[in-house]
Amino acid sequence: MGTIWFSLVALMLAGYVVLDGFDLGAGALHLIAARTDAERRLVLEAVGPVWDGNEVWLLAAGGTLFYAFPLLYASSFSGFYLALNIVLWLLVFRALGIEFRMHLAHPLWCAFFDGAFSLASILLIVFFGAALGNVLRGVPLGPDHYFFVALWTDFRPGSNPGILDWYTVLCAVLALVAVAVHGALYLILKTEGDLNARLRTLVTRLWPALVALSGVALWATVSVRPQLLDNYRRAPVAWVVPALVAAGLAGILRFTRTGGEYRAFLSSSVYIVATLVGAAVGMYPALLPASADQANSITIGNAAAGAASLSIGLVWWGIGMAIAVGYTITVYTLFKGKVRPGSSYHQ
Amino acid sequence: MNDALFLHRIHFAFTVTYHYIFPQLTMGLAPLIVILKTLGLRTGNPAYNQAARFWTKVFGINFLAGVVTGIPMEFQFGTNWARFSQLTGGVIALPLAMEGVFSFFLESAFLGLFLFGEKRLSPKGHWWAAFLVFLGSWISGFFIVAADGWMQHPVAYQRLADGSFQLTSFWGVLGNPWTLIQYAHVMSGAVITGAFAMAAVGAFYLLADEHREAGRIFVRIGVIAGIAASVFQIFPSGDLHGKYMAAHQPAATAAMEALFHSTAGAPMVILGQPDVEKKTIDNPIVVNKALSFLIYGTTSAEVKGLDQFPPQDWPTNIPLLYFSYHVMAGLGTIFVAIMAAAALLLWRGVLFRARWLLWILMLALPFPYIANTAGWLTAELGRQPWLVYGLLRTEQGFSANVSAGNSLFTLLGFMGMYALLSIFLLFLLMRQIQRGPEGGGQSAPAPATLTGGEV
Repeated sequence: MGTIWFSLVALMLAGYVVLDGFDLGAGALHLIAARTDAERRLVLEAVGPVWDGNEVWLLAAGGTLFYAFPLLYASSFSGFYLALNIVLWLLVFRALGIEFRMHLAHPLWCAFFDGAFSLASILLIVFFGAALGNVLRGVPLGPDHYFFVALWTDFRPGSNPGILDWYTVLCAVLALVAVAVHGALYLILKTEGDLNARLRTLVTRLWPALVALSGVALWATVSVRPQLLDNYRRAPVAWVVPALVAAGLAGILRFTRTGGEYRAFLSSSVYIVATLVGAAVGMYPALLPASADQANSITIGNAAAGAASLSIGLVWWGIGMAIAVGYTITVYTLFKGKVRPGSSYHQ
Repeated sequence: MNDALFLHRIHFAFTVTYHYIFPQLTMGLAPLIVILKTLGLRTGNPAYNQAARFWTKVFGINFLAGVVTGIPMEFQFGTNWARFSQLTGGVIALPLAMEGVFSFFLESAFLGLFLFGEKRLSPKGHWWAAFLVFLGSWISGFFIVAADGWMQHPVAYQRLADGSFQLTSFWGVLGNPWTLIQYAHVMSGAVITGAFAMAAVGAFYLLADEHREAGRIFVRIGVIAGIAASVFQIFPSGDLHGKYMAAHQPAATAAMEALFHSTAGAPMVILGQPDVEKKTIDNPIVVNKALSFLIYGTTSAEVKGLDQFPPQDWPTNIPLLYFSYHVMAGLGTIFVAIMAAAALLLWRGVLFRARWLLWILMLALPFPYIANTAGWLTAELGRQPWLVYGLLRTEQGFSANVSAGNSLFTLLGFMGMYALLSIFLLFLLMRQIQRGPEGGGQSAPAPATLTGGEV
């Protein structure tokens, strides 16, 4: 039962990263790729109707995590207290950037809100990437399964790590490039003309960096936490996941070159999901490993809610998520196609 | 003042109080917008659709603020109340997770269609979008009240060996009698805010002699919804809530009334300041035997005073609890009076010319917000010193690994963030009201994002 919920939470988080990832990525590129006011309006129109729904995945994943693994929710949210609260502020700030941009016509206000949207998006990706790095690296859990980490200490992933050290910063940089590529591929799907062409060039230029960073991050992860390979040794069939990561990477470049916009975006989604699933496979059954004494690690076994709670919840969660996936598909179907000035979804 | 427990409590209290400014208006406006749209469909009068469009914009701005201030709440159980979350997650996170999967997805999916889909959808299709957003917001409210209701009156649980709580019945938690009563009370409170807001803007237009037709619609719908909700708020929902509370949280009831000593034929204090040290009320104005009557239906029944409970089980802030309760109940009574007078004049067909009452309706706008806030303060201060009533104390639940300094740091951060948010929101809302229902209607340039916009 615990394993089922572990898979569900992992998939919800992966769903969040794929969906909110593209609007975060679009935000990260907002100032670089979109140059004129008209282009920036197009970027906002491309993410406008969906960003809120995408963020719901984070909320729903948070709620589900709370329900299925109360100890993990309690320990990690309080232990990463500072980073989490900064993430919350950034989410507020970013929402203001997206929504108020359209309410105030003055060019200085537009510039301010464009900057807020873009900067908040970039910092959010960095924090989310670093968060994944922290989970993979492990945190100094005490015997009561609690911890508290500062934002940074000496930037070394040793016994007294901070949220940011060289390894988690590496993860953050990888996340920034990966999500920026993902966002660019989404915007390519939604736009035409100059902006579309500029984004394609950007993707082909970022691609080598993405490949190199993926490789370096893989090497770093295995050297920081060699135990992550144990499950792969035990069940070699799991190597199919890293193979999918590689296939996703190849697909991004190939389909961007041949103009398969939808396939390129799909490849990037595969790359992201496979990377996260690959990490989850390596972690299992640990949820948050201890950096020092392994006995203090938070695992599915010691973090799961009571068996009765979990089986009652599964039925209702299943019904709710089936309906929710239906809504998500409906919204994206209604909103498919390119956004054009003056012919948007809203008219 | 500087201990971690205190700061974690203020942290939650501040962020949740600020957050609830927005949902009470959106949950209150949503059914009123559905009514406006229904009238528009039935009568074919475009003024109703124009009115619905105006309030949809106000709804959108408030909804956005509700979303961005609501996300921190979902995470704050873990960040600031880790031990509480760890122990109760197996129960309390069920309604929270269900809110996410059943309500947030529904709302976010149909909000876009509701806010911008009027030209794309048929009138009936758009009515459905409005209805589904209304449904989503009311489902969301239910799950939140269910989580709070369980903390107030824990049911359908079992304690495991490690002290954590496990769910034994799904319907037990959702059908908790406390939850059902509180839900009725909270939702009619939200409708009061929505109705007063609608009536206030309508009164402003009539007094300023602008947008007269819209003003009349706003006042009429606001007053009719307002009188219904204000009466329902006191009877039956408030009455039931008070009686259920007296039965299950007698210490809270005694503290709300500052009843220090058990009394047969207990009086109801209308005004007065409680002195907890001397166990008296200064300058009391009372109605004899009214409290016994309200709780037990007879004037001679004995009401338990605080002397029946050990001091460590008393609510921790009795004066604030007392004032919150009295502000809520006093304002609730005044709302009935205002709305009854307005409804009477509306029925006689003279309300739109009664400038004195239009002034009152306009100036009454902030008070439902105060009453709703005071109501929540009453509920949550009355629950003290418990997180889960009778089972888990507040000092057992906070994040011991998060220091007072860190809690203060993020509290200040939220205060700054929300101050900024308030300025933008007030600016947008004022501009929307100034522009009126005719300006910026369908002829507006394409809005691009959730709350729409004007370029």
